[in-house]
Amino acid sequence: MTKIKSLDDLRQRKQQLEQGMEIREKSDHPESLVQIKVAMATCGIASGARAVMNAFVEKIKKEKIPAVVTQTGCMGYCYAEPTVEVKKPGMDPVVFSYVDVAKAEEIVDKYIRNNELLDGILPANYQTI
Amino acid sequence: MNDLALHLLDIVQNSLGAGASFIAIEVSENPDENLLTISVKDNGRGISPEQLQKISDPFFTSRTTRRVGLGVPLLRHTAEQSGGSLEVSSEPGKGTLLTARFQYDHLDRPPLGDVANAAVLMISANPEVDFSYKYSYNGRSYQVSTQELKEVLGDLPLNDLYVMETIEEMIKENQSDLKVCQIE
Repeated sequence: MTKIKSLDDLRQRKQQLEQGMEIREKSDHPESLVQIKVAMATCGIASGARAVMNAFVEKIKKEKIPAVVTQTGCMGYCYAEPTVEVKKPGMDPVVFSYVDVAKAEEIVDKYIRNNELLDGILPANYQTI
Repeated sequence: MNDLALHLLDIVQNSLGAGASFIAIEVSENPDENLLTISVKDNGRGISPEQLQKISDPFFTSRTTRRVGLGVPLLRHTAEQSGGSLEVSSEPGKGTLLTARFQYDHLDRPPLGDVANAAVLMISANPEVDFSYKYSYNGRSYQVSTQELKEVLGDLPLNDLYVMETIEEMIKENQSDLKVCQIE
């Protein structure tokens, strides 16, 4: 595959990306997707939130899971970072604590795929302000 | 924080928390002048002069979830331990500019880290915010903005995983070209 270096190259790749989008679900209807929010405040980032976010991105891409990964601010659970909130369509959000790359994969395999809960769930009534 | 890209991710959270709709990130590596600079400029609600005086106090924060605010103090500490400095200027209602400078060859300067990945994570996680990202190496620069990307990609969302991957690849190609051209 040719390398993308300019906006013109990107324009040319667009069609290919669009074809992929038709196969995948479109992310502009987030309510129909699994929403994964990684807490990315100082506490989260210093504890490894970026690696966790990249791990979710890689895992859902590899396994073609209809999900969108976003960030949120500090949930107030600094002691338990990295924290991740997962909201499956039509279900209440679940906040997972002490997430690392291995646990991110476990969340996808167990909770997102099979509704199986994992250790270390935190209350989801946090405020991010 | 293991690298400066993590500080960048952290500082941008402040801009997002301030309700910015546009955030300009600049990273400049300048080994010739022994200087590395990171700046973040936003159009958020800004910081009052009173708050600005306390911005490097780790026990000051405008948030209510906890009583510490470590992002800016940690970055200042990292900059100063690397023979550099940190400056923040702000105007309430207009926005904030934060600039961190580091002595490039200082032993205590953390590695820059993967700034392209950090930029793409920020862009994809906040599709409603416009970003501009500029990377320079010894004065030669590469710049891209989400406005340009949205114009090219049209309906394709920036948080689509394959779109993210493509944008990251494009930024990394250009960044590495800037370095390779000068090393040759």
